[in-house]
Amino acid sequence: MADSALNPTSNVSAYYQTRSSQHAVVTSDWLAQAQAAVSRHTDDGDLLGSDGRAAAIGGRGEGSGKAFSVIDEFNSWRKQPDLAEAVAAIRALAAVIRTSEATTMMELEIELKKASDSLKSWDATSISLTAGCDLFLRYVTRTSALEYEDFNSAKSRLIERAEKFGEISCKARRIIAMLSQDFIFDGCTILVHGFSRVVLEVLKTAAENKKLFRVLCTEGRPDRTGLRFSNELAKLDVPVKLLIDSAVAYTMDEVDMVFVGADGVVESGGIINMMGTFQIALVAHSMNKPVYVAAESYKFARHYPLDQKDMAPALRSIDFGVPIPSKVEVETSARDYTPPQYLSLLFTDLGVLTPSVISDELIQLYL
Amino acid sequence: MDTRRVSSAVPRVRQVGFFTPNTPAHQPAPTRSQSGPPTSDSPPLSDSPASNSLSPVMIPPPRHLSDNLGGRAYALPVPGRGNAGEHATVGSYNPSESVLWLESPPRSRIGDEELSEGTESSLGWYRRSNSAKVASSLPSGGFDLSQVKQPESVAAVEAKNPLPEKSEAQKEQASNPKSLKAKTTKAERRALQESQRAAKAASKAEANKSNAPGGAASSKPVKQPPQKKDGPPVASSVAASERGVDRPVEKERKKDLPPPRMQFDDESRVGKAKRRSLLNQPEARNRVELFRHLPPHKNASQLPYLESKFFELHEMHPSVYKVGLQYLTGDTSGGNARCIAMLQAFQEAIRDYSTPPEKTLNRDLTSKIGGFVSFLIECRPLSMSMGNAIRFLKSRIARLPLTLSESEAKAALCSDIDRFINEKIVLADKVILRHAATKIRDGDVLLTYGSSCVVEMILLYAHEIGKQFRVVVVDSRPMLEGQKLLRRLVAKGLSCTYTQLNAISYVMHEVTRVFLGASSIFSNGTVYSRVGTASVAMVAHAFHVPVLVCCEAYKFHERVQLDSICFNELGDPDAVSNVPGREDVNYLDNLTDKQKENLQLLNLKYDATPSDYISVIVTDYGMIPPTSVPVIVREYRKEYLLI
Repeated sequence: MADSALNPTSNVSAYYQTRSSQHAVVTSDWLAQAQAAVSRHTDDGDLLGSDGRAAAIGGRGEGSGKAFSVIDEFNSWRKQPDLAEAVAAIRALAAVIRTSEATTMMELEIELKKASDSLKSWDATSISLTAGCDLFLRYVTRTSALEYEDFNSAKSRLIERAEKFGEISCKARRIIAMLSQDFIFDGCTILVHGFSRVVLEVLKTAAENKKLFRVLCTEGRPDRTGLRFSNELAKLDVPVKLLIDSAVAYTMDEVDMVFVGADGVVESGGIINMMGTFQIALVAHSMNKPVYVAAESYKFARHYPLDQKDMAPALRSIDFGVPIPSKVEVETSARDYTPPQYLSLLFTDLGVLTPSVISDELIQLYL
Repeated sequence: MDTRRVSSAVPRVRQVGFFTPNTPAHQPAPTRSQSGPPTSDSPPLSDSPASNSLSPVMIPPPRHLSDNLGGRAYALPVPGRGNAGEHATVGSYNPSESVLWLESPPRSRIGDEELSEGTESSLGWYRRSNSAKVASSLPSGGFDLSQVKQPESVAAVEAKNPLPEKSEAQKEQASNPKSLKAKTTKAERRALQESQRAAKAASKAEANKSNAPGGAASSKPVKQPPQKKDGPPVASSVAASERGVDRPVEKERKKDLPPPRMQFDDESRVGKAKRRSLLNQPEARNRVELFRHLPPHKNASQLPYLESKFFELHEMHPSVYKVGLQYLTGDTSGGNARCIAMLQAFQEAIRDYSTPPEKTLNRDLTSKIGGFVSFLIECRPLSMSMGNAIRFLKSRIARLPLTLSESEAKAALCSDIDRFINEKIVLADKVILRHAATKIRDGDVLLTYGSSCVVEMILLYAHEIGKQFRVVVVDSRPMLEGQKLLRRLVAKGLSCTYTQLNAISYVMHEVTRVFLGASSIFSNGTVYSRVGTASVAMVAHAFHVPVLVCCEAYKFHERVQLDSICFNELGDPDAVSNVPGREDVNYLDNLTDKQKENLQLLNLKYDATPSDYISVIVTDYGMIPPTSVPVIVREYRKEYLLI
């Protein structure tokens, strides 16, 4: 894949490119087809990757042979629209373990570290990718502290854990959906921004439990997330209303709560999410409406942005539909940071948390 | 000096222990004037030194009251008496150590006569006690004299306490047992003291009932004469006596509860502390009412006096003494510097320590460290970093396995201290540097306040790795610490701006980040730091500028503090009115004394910044929000206490 070679140098965030392509075209039947296709692909993907790519691109040096296959593997996993980035990364790292020739735990750890570093540098903007890699490495380090007589049994245990991680991810969504049911009452109006699969799960469960509520979706330019989301909700027979992004303050007084997902949850307790989340949180806070965030625990990352510009820039091109004069600059950042004081609660698979607990969990996890 | 005490200059002899009754023990005349007991005691005193060398059990009496014994450990021999010419072999006291003392810094400032006298007294003291060789565990080692002196000095101090009580009680109760002055046995004296205390409490209660102001007023001036107090404090005591109804009651209530720390508005406690204290501190003139509970500032002018006391402090290790002097003069300031200096001094002391024969190392060394700590508190109140380090050290001592030999134990403790300094301070600072430098971008304008060693390190490091930024150094009177930081930064080539705290809102609009240091961070996220920090953080918050507080994790404390009043440190009040280098600017000179009475000068050293103004705390555990401080305390306090 040519873009793998280009990616380290370009500014465009692969994460957001992928998400946008997924939002634009994917429907649930496409989803089923894609999954089938991918699972066929990955069976021979490993062999193709390590041989073909190393020959084709070549000049990256020896160690990159392995790294290359990691990225390749990762990309193949990432194509599945229903799979979270972090899970894809962990599955890729599991593949690294499987194909590794290390004979000691230390060696394996070093290999994993190298693979994870290359994954992280390939897309420096994706928080959940970084978080997922760190989490898996942390798990490996902790496990290797235990005494295993047999290196192979340790290896297989790690692989098994990595495989299970995908299931954990799905289970996490279900736990979060269950926890948030208490907060959705009959007759409430929910404002949603961005396309989060977790939030979709939450609303699906609420609809299944026969709750009566209606949803306001922001359009979510330039990704048109709102269109996709309203599509899904319409299938569930939930009353949906679409707004343009500028109409949020206008409709905020008829809203009871705001629900968003998160691309990453940072150490301060704030979230990094699609562009526009901060704006909506500000309006909601000033009008005393609660802002709820639904995020799995593997999205907790050890970043600490102090302001909007303190993160690695994640850019994606915006198509305005009309040609823009060349002298005009366009703000192409794809995400923003919402500080913790504007968030009410976070629904995670660890429970319903306040923003200050995030740091507590991170300290326990990483230190 | 306390003039009235000095008039009763002849020290009273407290002959303790196995004292044979027919030696100059006599019933002093029942005349109860203040100078009465000492003069009646002087005959025995003049006898005792002569008899000292004869009586096998004789332990020289402590110095007289006016020398303000500093705690139990500082009971002192009568200088020069009976020791002249008796400095032959030193016995089992380590001669090299005594030489060490002679070469310690205070020596250079003390006259030769004092030196010889002190030396002779110290050496003679040891020699005499060693020649005594008594079964009652006279020590044969360096620092263990305190053990012997403790019981007697405890009794001495306790016995001295009744003196002002008695003189007060005498006015209220005629039938006070005069026999206190009798050379009774320890047990009898204890019983007497108990009865006196009960009597005093009873008299207080009855004074309470019967027009408390009168009783309180009479009790206070009576207690005060033994201590030197100037006019205004008497006025303040009169003012206090106007609240006298609640005050005696409060005092009694306070006596029941163990005080967490010294509350300096409690008259009786202040009195006792003054008697025990080492520094001869004249009562500060006008102290602000709201801050009367804080210990008064120890003037650096006490330095020569404290130096001269060196040879009276036998248990004081010279390096601890040196560190204390440095605190007093302000040569060593800053949380990390003070903590490291103290720990290194303790290391020296531990290396020189040897366990007395019938004591365990754990307990004895712990009490020794406790003695050092009270001396350091005398010189300057402890900072939080020092407090945590002392807790660490005491827990390490307590955890020493009993099977270790003395040298192994000492080596283990010294290496523990080294490890603490290295891990918790030196390496922690390195980690903080790396984290904080990621938050500095090119083109930033960084603001800092005062002079924090960690912030200085961060700025220099970021400059070294090539980040382009400029620094605004904000400073404030009277300490003007920012000037030193400014000099060091400019010397390294950073572009700096310097301003005073009153211009903070003028400068803040162009600032992109604020870096602050901290003396400690409490469990509710409140940052306890140099006074003025709270103002800087508040203005930064109002301008939406992120505030980064850089602090090592060992300075975290589980205490919660809501304001800057209940716990703080007072500085020199005169520094507020004096401007160094500008003698013409002291408007207080023209004020009359009466006008000055209404003027109260306040110089606070620390203040508490609420957690809302702090964006992030950079520690060696990473960058954490202020709400996570109790998490670190919870998770990692156990860790280093248990290693």
